[in-house]
Amino acid sequence: MPEAKPNSSGAAASATEAPRFEPRIIAFFCNWCTYLAADLAGTSRMKYAPNVRVIRIMCSGRVDPQFVLDAFAQGADGVLIGGCHPGDCHYQEGNYKTLRRYLLLKRLLQQMGIEEERLRLEWISASEADRLRNAMNDMVEKVRALGPLHLRSAEEEVFAEEVVV
Amino acid sequence: MAEKPKVAFYWCASCGGCEEAVVDLAEAILDVIAAVEIVFWPVAMDFKRKDLEAMPDGSISATFLNGAIRTTEQAEMAHLLRGKSKLLVALGSCSHLGGIPGLANLFDRESLFKAVYLESPSTVNFEATLPTARHKDDGHEVELPGFYNTVRPLDQVVDVDYYIPGCPPTPRIFRTALQTLLGGELPPKGSVLAPDRALCDECPRRDTKPEHLSITEFKRPQQVLIDEEKCLLAQGLLCMGPATRGGCEALCINGNMPCTGCCGPTSRVRDQGGKILSSLASLVDSKEDAEIDRILATIPDPVGSFYRYSLPGSLLRRKKLDGASVQAPTPT
Repeated sequence: MPEAKPNSSGAAASATEAPRFEPRIIAFFCNWCTYLAADLAGTSRMKYAPNVRVIRIMCSGRVDPQFVLDAFAQGADGVLIGGCHPGDCHYQEGNYKTLRRYLLLKRLLQQMGIEEERLRLEWISASEADRLRNAMNDMVEKVRALGPLHLRSAEEEVFAEEVVV
Repeated sequence: MAEKPKVAFYWCASCGGCEEAVVDLAEAILDVIAAVEIVFWPVAMDFKRKDLEAMPDGSISATFLNGAIRTTEQAEMAHLLRGKSKLLVALGSCSHLGGIPGLANLFDRESLFKAVYLESPSTVNFEATLPTARHKDDGHEVELPGFYNTVRPLDQVVDVDYYIPGCPPTPRIFRTALQTLLGGELPPKGSVLAPDRALCDECPRRDTKPEHLSITEFKRPQQVLIDEEKCLLAQGLLCMGPATRGGCEALCINGNMPCTGCCGPTSRVRDQGGKILSSLASLVDSKEDAEIDRILATIPDPVGSFYRYSLPGSLLRRKKLDGASVQAPTPT
């Protein structure tokens, strides 16, 4: 995963501001709806926070909960899943499976001490580029307010300290 | 006669069940003793650490280490045994993935100490003494092993060659693994020495699993009279079979209890809990948020159910520590 470069690409950040935390968000967008919305946002020249790394998948139902856990384990500060509206799934039932997994994953993440704003599910159709932009911007700001997740590094540092007793 | 391979057994954070599993080989243990020379086994015979230190590096053919790593002493012994052994084998769930002690990763050291040494109803501790690495008494100072915040499976501490799964490994799994290791051709490094397929594949109730499972309520074993023939998932019981490695001869299922997942995932799955979560959630019989939530709420402890034996070896490894508890303890 590439390192986030603070202030190097953000549209709003000016050189005089103190470096602010730039969250890394991994987004899984379904091929038929949300990814097309992202395409539309691009061709419409919409501006939105550059913190989101988009991964295209065929269906939001393809998002194995392991992908989400792995993203967090590898340093993501947030994970966004985008799929077709209920009833609109290209594969009929995929997004319902996503919804159930998402709701269970939320419960699990809560037990693991990971704030609920770090995982988000949005239904965004191919024509809803503005909805996509708003969801991305809103999520980036909410995760920015939470600060870095620092899941692994903090724990490993402590182990290193603990070993030399 | 050629020299027999030297074998060592050691335990760390575990209950002793894996040592019991070795003894459970029953008369087959005589074949093991005929085939190998046991050079270190503190649980069963009188060996000291200095005996181990005196051995040349790499002189032990295989060490079977059970238990997770939780104290500085266990980490030291793991490193020492790693150096002395050609093969290091993680024996049992705790060593393989963290095991039951690994559920302590839902807490931190301070809250564990508080619960165990101060608040437990059966504890009488007027002076509120807590374990410390150094303790002074009457001019003498003693040193005790340090206690880590986080429980680790063996491979997060030292390099591990093979894993034998199970809580504890069944005599059959252990015997087959031993034969594999004693036989000429070794499997690829990092292999789990057990069949690589899900428990459902070898489940005696496999034929009663409906093609389309749907669940409207998860039930706990104490809440229902369990049918002895029918697929446990089809009865609404949380069975870890779909996401758990088989090879255990479905002992729990045959005892009419759902699988709790002790053999860990198959080689195609990285995170056992994530996988069973995926599988179970997709069976929930609703498309409405509120109803899905109601059904999911019948799983009161998702982490404890899905990661009962594998939390430290999972992708997230432990509950996220907040700033305060991340601090390492100051030496006293």
